Amino acid sequence: MERRSFLKVGAAAGGSLLIPVFGNAIAAEELLNPMAVQFKKSLADAAMNAATKAGASYCDVRIGRYLNQFITTRDLNVENIVNTESSGVGVRVIAGGAYGFCSTNVMTLDSVAEAARQAVAIARANAKLQSEPVQLAPVKGVGDVAWATPFKKDWRTVPIKEKAEMLIAANKAGMDAGANFMQSMLFQVNQQKYFASTDGSYIDQDMHRLWSPLTATAVDKATNRFRTRDGLSSPVSMGYEFFDAKPENKFKAAGGVTTLYKGAYDLIEDARAAGRQAREKLTAKSVEPGKYDLVLSPEHLFLTIHESVGHATELDRVLGYEANYAGTSFATLDKWQSKKFKYGSERVNFVADRTTSGSLACVGYDDEGVPAKRWDIIKDGILVNYQATRDQAHVIGEKESQGCSYADSWSSVQFQRMPNVSLQAGKKPLTPDDMIKDVKKGIYILGRGSFSIDQQRYNFQFGGQLYFEIKNGKITNPLEDVAYQSNTQEFWNACSALCDERDWRMGGSFFDGKGQPSQVSCVSHGSPTTRFNGINVINTARKIG
Amino acid sequence: MKMLNQEEAKRVCDKVMALSKADECRVQISGNRRGNIRYARNSVSTAGLVENTQLTVSVAFGKRQGTASVNEFDDKSLEKAVRRAEEVARLAPENPEFVPAIKTQLYKGSNTYSAATAAIDPEYRAEVAAQSINSARKKGLVAAGFFSDSTGFETVANSNGVFGYQTLTNLGFTVTTRTEDGRGSGWVTRSANDAAKFDAREASDVAIEKALKSVDAKALEPGRYTVILEPAATSEIIGRMFGAFDARQADEGRSFLSKKGGGNRLGEKLFDEQVNLWADPWNTDVPVLAWDNASMLARERTDVIKGGKIESLDYTQYWAQKQDKRAFGRHGNMIMSGGGKSTEELIASTKKGVLVTRTWYIRMVDPQSLLLTGLTRDGTFYIENGKIKHPIKNFRFNESPVTMLNNIDELGKPVVIGGDEVRFQMMIPPMKVRDFNFTSLSDAV
Repeated sequence: MERRSFLKVGAAAGGSLLIPVFGNAIAAEELLNPMAVQFKKSLADAAMNAATKAGASYCDVRIGRYLNQFITTRDLNVENIVNTESSGVGVRVIAGGAYGFCSTNVMTLDSVAEAARQAVAIARANAKLQSEPVQLAPVKGVGDVAWATPFKKDWRTVPIKEKAEMLIAANKAGMDAGANFMQSMLFQVNQQKYFASTDGSYIDQDMHRLWSPLTATAVDKATNRFRTRDGLSSPVSMGYEFFDAKPENKFKAAGGVTTLYKGAYDLIEDARAAGRQAREKLTAKSVEPGKYDLVLSPEHLFLTIHESVGHATELDRVLGYEANYAGTSFATLDKWQSKKFKYGSERVNFVADRTTSGSLACVGYDDEGVPAKRWDIIKDGILVNYQATRDQAHVIGEKESQGCSYADSWSSVQFQRMPNVSLQAGKKPLTPDDMIKDVKKGIYILGRGSFSIDQQRYNFQFGGQLYFEIKNGKITNPLEDVAYQSNTQEFWNACSALCDERDWRMGGSFFDGKGQPSQVSCVSHGSPTTRFNGINVINTARKIG
Repeated sequence: MKMLNQEEAKRVCDKVMALSKADECRVQISGNRRGNIRYARNSVSTAGLVENTQLTVSVAFGKRQGTASVNEFDDKSLEKAVRRAEEVARLAPENPEFVPAIKTQLYKGSNTYSAATAAIDPEYRAEVAAQSINSARKKGLVAAGFFSDSTGFETVANSNGVFGYQTLTNLGFTVTTRTEDGRGSGWVTRSANDAAKFDAREASDVAIEKALKSVDAKALEPGRYTVILEPAATSEIIGRMFGAFDARQADEGRSFLSKKGGGNRLGEKLFDEQVNLWADPWNTDVPVLAWDNASMLARERTDVIKGGKIESLDYTQYWAQKQDKRAFGRHGNMIMSGGGKSTEELIASTKKGVLVTRTWYIRMVDPQSLLLTGLTRDGTFYIENGKIKHPIKNFRFNESPVTMLNNIDELGKPVVIGGDEVRFQMMIPPMKVRDFNFTSLSDAV
């Protein structure tokens, strides 16, 4: 489920007071001075010593420094530039068989020790209402280790002026091409995370992520219609070299209907296309509702994957821990235990993965100190596994955790969040153009649009950014007012073809919400262009007074 | 950092503004203590307490603005924050839409503080969870819930003499109660400023009753139905509509309130005449801060829809200036008039219809018509001849709040309802609405 907390950043424009949402605002040059590892280790030891002395059977400490920069632009104006920093320590313990958690932003030995003691007191209070003790799957301590997102160009060293000029140039390109209004933003994130636990791990990690969403809006005052087209890029876990797109990073979508990107992004080029296509959407043909074969581009399909497979196979949801908020899951334990639950057609293979470079959930270790790994979730269409943390592994007979623990802040308790969950490419050579040749009545959909799914991840409805009618193997004309409805099992069983590895790309979600109090995480989902036969398409056009 | 009283807050604001060398300076301080307890599978899973006080300073040199924030209040930290804001301002390009700091405002305080809520402690939270879990256990059900409370203050000031200070409390509670076999699910939500108005047992019993009654739901064909929507089912639908009340969007042709040929639809009747909606910071049931933190402008009691007519639009300071209008503080609450009937009485007067407890995962499909999609959840029932006949499977809907508010048959007694993804505190009635558009079935329970 995607939340909207980032919108607050863009809302405080026009001279009003800005309230940073992720931390304290800081000057850019201060971003490059990391905390000394030895200092972090001493804080962690102070917390662990205090916790064990107070009676904890286990303790982990997360010392976080979170640096963000947001730039928001509208048309030819920069609305806001915000640097934020948030630092502090979160201590989690097990005492009396129950969890306790406490955090502090005061980075002294005394303060973290006190937080540890408070965490133990909370654990003891929770133990009274605990029905069974927490069982942690073993993790071998790794000693002192470090991991960092591989990148070539550090966003923190790129002048603000250069970034702002790129966004304004994109807005100008979109307006020149037909948009009346343009918005573009640049989110830049650096998470410096230090993890230590009584298992003997001291893990120092440095993660970098970027996202540059844009929206072009075209208005026709005579007809009182307006249409938008969002950018076709995805958030990534890499450096600022993401914006240095070379010819090899660009390719044409099926039928040449637009340009797509892989490995790097040309923001200005995409903004230009967005401006033109937003205007074209004003006169596109409204879709005839009915059954269609859908050809879904990875920039679109990632969100359907996220909602119908990513969230559905989270073990905490399956067990009922999210029942009051994000919901449970139709993919219940009995279906997994049967070893024959047909989640999808035999072509459908989903892999959970925290190791693919450039993906948003790629880390060296999760927030319980578990090394990143890769495993099957759906194999040849059958549900074969879930996503689990240390305290859940025993439920599914795993001897070790799958490394799915994450907290969005030093002040938040870590819990189960999804790794990258990706659809594997087809094994036979197939391009999107080849795939379309076999479609008699279909729709080609690109880009993420509206999305909604029920609380057990079954019934869903999705829209996109660009829709093209396919008739007798050929793309004919653009369509509008398209949304498709299905349920997860029927949809994935309707999967009839997958393009090969050459077409495999990752989309991603930057603000995925879950938990109470709600936390956000980010995750990538890869897929090739994929076909689904006989899916129900509705027309979303409405007339109101 | 302890909570600041009015004098202490004023002293900090004055000190910060005195440190600034910029053309103007704006200060906001937010302090709060938030406690929570979360439970699932009839067992507490997490409990937390977070205390924080944050100062945000924004300065401007001409049309260049910079912002910084700290949560330390010694003199050195305050100076650091001001210098950081000034550095960012010097790096920022000029914003042609920059609006100078506002002049002194009259902030008429609202009653947003309750001593009973401020006194909530870990034992109180544990008792809420225990009452909820024990009530569910007695009926053989499984509870998952979340209770949170907050106590804090807000203060704003600027170098033109603006100053405001107010204390606030709030609490929120939700619980989902399910049958062990997963065939039935019920839910309830409660929100209040004053803990004296909250009863965990009463609330939990509502979720329990819905869970027991919702077992063995039958499928009803998707289509247009008369629906009785409980306030929690419409709060997110209605709440989303107000984002499109932005005057600039309407004037620029990007809203359902844009007029063909240009301009906006202010003054036009777009809804059933029973629809009356207004914002009122001083309402005793949903009191909110007397000003809007972002602009520092005072809030006003404002009719938004009156007798079905669009009565007002939201103007930012920049757009108000450009259009020669007056801007005031962005609304913090939304209140809708209704009748005196309870939900049960609305059911009693319904020949055939669907009762909806809660709506879920609502997203915009088409901003042109405000078409939203989402689903029903945790208690959907078929009504026949004034009585709930049996539970029914959940539906997906595709409906616009504009259409919905044109199809009102009857309104019940308004109740306080906390938003999830909507920024308003709300007080809205249960509604009986005809021709509500359910487009597909969901097997999810």
